[in-house]
Amino acid sequence: MSTLAVSKPTPGPARNTREIDTRPLLWPSVIVLFLWMIVPLAMTLYFSVIRYNLLNPTLTGFAGLENYGFLFEDPVLWDALWNTLVLVGSVLIITVVLGTLFAVLYNAEFHGRNVARLLVIAPFFVMPTVSALVWKNMLMHPVNGLFAWMQGLVGMAPTDWLTNYPMLSVIIIVSWQWTPFAFLILLTSIQSLDSEQQEAARIDGAGPVAMFWFIILPHLSRAISVVIMIETIFLLTIFAEIYVTTAGGPGTATTNLAWLIYSVGLLQFDVGYASAGGVIAVILANIVAIFLVRTVSRNLQQT
Amino acid sequence: MNDARKKLWTTVLAWVVALLVFFPILWMGLTAFKTETVAVSTPPALVFSPTTDNFREVFERSNYGRFVWNSIAVSFGSTILALVFAIPAAYAMAFFPTKRTSGTLLWMLSTKMMPPVGVLIPIYLLFRDAGLLDTVTGLILIYTLINLPIVVWMLYTYFKDVPGEIMEAGRVDGARPMQELFLLLIPLALPGIASTGLLSIILSWNEAFWSLNLTSSGGAPLTAFIASYSSPQGLFWAKLSAASLMAIAPILIIGWMSQKQLVSGLTFGAVK
Repeated sequence: MSTLAVSKPTPGPARNTREIDTRPLLWPSVIVLFLWMIVPLAMTLYFSVIRYNLLNPTLTGFAGLENYGFLFEDPVLWDALWNTLVLVGSVLIITVVLGTLFAVLYNAEFHGRNVARLLVIAPFFVMPTVSALVWKNMLMHPVNGLFAWMQGLVGMAPTDWLTNYPMLSVIIIVSWQWTPFAFLILLTSIQSLDSEQQEAARIDGAGPVAMFWFIILPHLSRAISVVIMIETIFLLTIFAEIYVTTAGGPGTATTNLAWLIYSVGLLQFDVGYASAGGVIAVILANIVAIFLVRTVSRNLQQT
Repeated sequence: MNDARKKLWTTVLAWVVALLVFFPILWMGLTAFKTETVAVSTPPALVFSPTTDNFREVFERSNYGRFVWNSIAVSFGSTILALVFAIPAAYAMAFFPTKRTSGTLLWMLSTKMMPPVGVLIPIYLLFRDAGLLDTVTGLILIYTLINLPIVVWMLYTYFKDVPGEIMEAGRVDGARPMQELFLLLIPLALPGIASTGLLSIILSWNEAFWSLNLTSSGGAPLTAFIASYSSPQGLFWAKLSAASLMAIAPILIIGWMSQKQLVSGLTFGAVK
């Protein structure tokens, strides 16, 4: 210790007026976010290892991994995980493919480009409950919906979308909401494409397809990965769309992880069991989050 | 000649796609001006005599004004609160960076990754015990916290773009950090602060997970109110459309105006 004190360097010129105490500026945000992150999460973890049912106060005590045991034995969990995977995977594929194609299409020159772009991004700004209800009632309704009328025009029997194809219907609705997000991000990215590079490729005889595969797609790859990661985080816990359309049904056909936790916790009031589900959701989201944070951190170092 | 034809086809294709994507919103907008009978008629009516009765009835019958007010209070309240917390934090990180700054930023981003459903049960119970269920105050608290990381990030990127010389000049003139923040930085970065605020307002206005779970009537914003139209009893499509149109129109316009800034905000600066 004393040797350290001896070799202590004298304060250098780095100590200028710029060094102020930033703690009073920074800490309010850090503290509230820390509390927001740690308190409910600790409670979820704690609830997940005790017996806690709001309807049955006699049920108490430490449960160990009992809730997790019940959860993993419950076929509903596996349905919910599968449905979550199907929903997230399908929506990701649809939105990224359409978003990329739209980005290429709306980057080209044409009449009224700015207005057309506004129309395409509009669905992203519509609140989820409105989107889901417009699709459910006015488009997919088996009697009065537009789709039923269009099927009637070509002599087909109308489809009861939400009853017969519940997951497909939810996927369509959610994709409609999120394609504009992918489009907006990818359009921004495509606009930063070097036009000289494109010109050079064109002179070298690259057709539109080769141009797309070898110039545009590689340029978009990072933006696409960002879109995938951000969407995944939001799509893992899609809730409002299911709440107003299918309520997780029929049966468990559209029960995703978010709906399972909601229905066990706030409809059946089994806090312990629902919290175990919550922990699983947190773990899944964190796996995705690690990748996202890495990408962003790489970007932070570049600037 | 070839180019002109290509442009023509692009125009046709792009407009057909755009109208298809926009169609559900357009159809809802049209339905809002129909009577209930016309709204459910087969074949669907494209030509009809428009009525504004739905808008009046939505206000008269359903206490719509209160839900509008709740949405405004929740989105503006949480945005102002988030800015109050975030502006000093972003200022500190942008102009007085330390070794820990990028770590702090990334940590803030990581709080955004927590799935809301993972903490739904404890938040619900805490709110129940604190009497915050179904209150505007409760939602303002939640929305402030869920938007704070994005707000800090966006402000941080805008503050980084403020020319250092100007701030330096202020410092030479003897401006203290607080003066520097309020007299120099905030006026200079006002456009950035405004677009950050707009993004926060959009996100709060459209948030539907917490509003559906934590509110039912008194403190419910429009997202939760519109969900009450999902009950199978009776088809009030025209009124649903009128209520929806009023609920989405302001945000749609704000979103259209600030789309450029949204990209950097929504991707935490990863795509610019």
